[in-house]
Amino acid sequence: MTQDSRRGLALVAPPLGYAVALLAGPLLAIFLFSFWTQDYLTIDRTPTLGNYREALSDPIYRTIMLRSLWISATVTIVTVILAFPVAYYVSFRIRPDRKSFWLFLITIPFWTSYLLRIFLWKVILGYNGVMNSGLIGLRIIDEPLTALLYNANAVIITLSHAFAPFAILPIFVALEKIDRALLEAGRDLGESAATTFLRVTLPLAMPGVVAALLIVFIPTVGDYVTPAQVGGSGGQMIANMIQTQFLGLNNAPMGATLAVIAMVLVTIISLATVWLARRLAGGRT
Amino acid sequence: MLRAYVFLFLAFLYAPILLLPVFAFNDGTVIAFPLNGFTTRWFSEMTRSRELHAALANSLTVAAAASILSVLLGLAAARANVRYRFPGKAAAMGLIMLPLVLPEIIVATSLLVVVVRFFEWPLTLWTVTAAHVLICTPFAVAILNASFQALDPAMEEAAIDLGENRASTFRLITLPLVMPGIVAALLISFTISLDEFIIAFFLTGSDPTLPVYIWSLLRFPKLLPVIMALGTILVILSVLILALAEWNRRRGLARAGVKDTGGFL
Repeated sequence: MTQDSRRGLALVAPPLGYAVALLAGPLLAIFLFSFWTQDYLTIDRTPTLGNYREALSDPIYRTIMLRSLWISATVTIVTVILAFPVAYYVSFRIRPDRKSFWLFLITIPFWTSYLLRIFLWKVILGYNGVMNSGLIGLRIIDEPLTALLYNANAVIITLSHAFAPFAILPIFVALEKIDRALLEAGRDLGESAATTFLRVTLPLAMPGVVAALLIVFIPTVGDYVTPAQVGGSGGQMIANMIQTQFLGLNNAPMGATLAVIAMVLVTIISLATVWLARRLAGGRT
Repeated sequence: MLRAYVFLFLAFLYAPILLLPVFAFNDGTVIAFPLNGFTTRWFSEMTRSRELHAALANSLTVAAAASILSVLLGLAAARANVRYRFPGKAAAMGLIMLPLVLPEIIVATSLLVVVVRFFEWPLTLWTVTAAHVLICTPFAVAILNASFQALDPAMEEAAIDLGENRASTFRLITLPLVMPGIVAALLISFTISLDEFIIAFFLTGSDPTLPVYIWSLLRFPKLLPVIMALGTILVILSVLILALAEWNRRRGLARAGVKDTGGFL
């Protein structure tokens, strides 16, 4: 072994050891736990697939799992579509020395208390909320709308807001890397502004878009606070169920099973997205 | 048209935050419209709440400890990643960066299982700190990676050629050049830990952190205006901390002679 790799290994050992002890170990533990069962307070350590069978067949778990994936997928697509024009504007229309100010402007809301932001969405969407009083004030509606809060739509709005900067930044980075000469070449060769965008800018921005899709999708599937606060009974997601199993029902092995299933599904969908994007790009990435 | 859309989007982004001061100064216990007139009593009530002070002190302790530890780990990982080649590098860096893409509920439950079920340890502020180090380290690594990449290896080689040893080169050359990155990483880790809720919610014992305390208040609407006042102060503080981090990052780039490419993440 060279001196270089010995020094590298020595340096990486403390952070790696920390991640092994506090991440890899616990993930393994939760995997083991998902094969055990709990009867009141005693844990039965005989391995069984019973938890998985129950989690996959019981309609309660299936509904909540599918709903989590559906809500996250909607949030992801909405967020990325809303974010793209903003990233494009900052990358193509803002003077280079003003760009970091704009990124700063976009990231500030993200750094303010997540709990308070969600609570304020309750204030905006609630029965006596900003939205309802505004619409009544403008005489668009007579009665406050009740469909705004405590359902899956409220979860989608709140999460799209919370994850907007995560979608903007990777798309911005991809757009920044595009050589502006390519766009001029497109125009010189007779493309219109629109076809240049579709045939040059968009394909070159794809790596950023895929990164944005994954960066939004992965954490939103496991979000706990937003569905708990604004979701009502019809907007609860898998993290709420996992939390109930661990802290409420005291059925930790079932909670572990749901966590493992959620992780596996998220991994499969993420890999499928990357694979699909590569196929669509025709192996050019 | 694009410009109009972007400003509309910014309005959407800032809508909840702009409401904070509105209700912090509103003279009414219900957080709803119409407003009732101006008051500063929520701010004075905030200074009297002993539980709030205890929770804030807990959060500041956890955030300080977690940010220092994660930046130390981040320094080692980023230096190893940028400067050296070693077997298993991709896998090692992958595991260290994994918390970045792992839903926090997974980190929280898996640590809860290990601490409570396997070791039967009590839940304290230390368990929260340990978990926060885990999730802050990837952010520190990402920032410090950029700092170490901006560092010209010729500067370190020159110091060695001029008779310094490896330790003194690191102290005299490397450290000052990456110092802005270290400060930025400290500030970002501190902010993340201060705001983190779900892991603290699972791993906290009898001493709540600030977000856990806020969560418990969300069920008692009577105290919510106080939370609005607190939120207003927190927003101002975060903006100040971030402005400081950004100013310091630019100074670092200027010192290393690199063109500004912008952005925290």
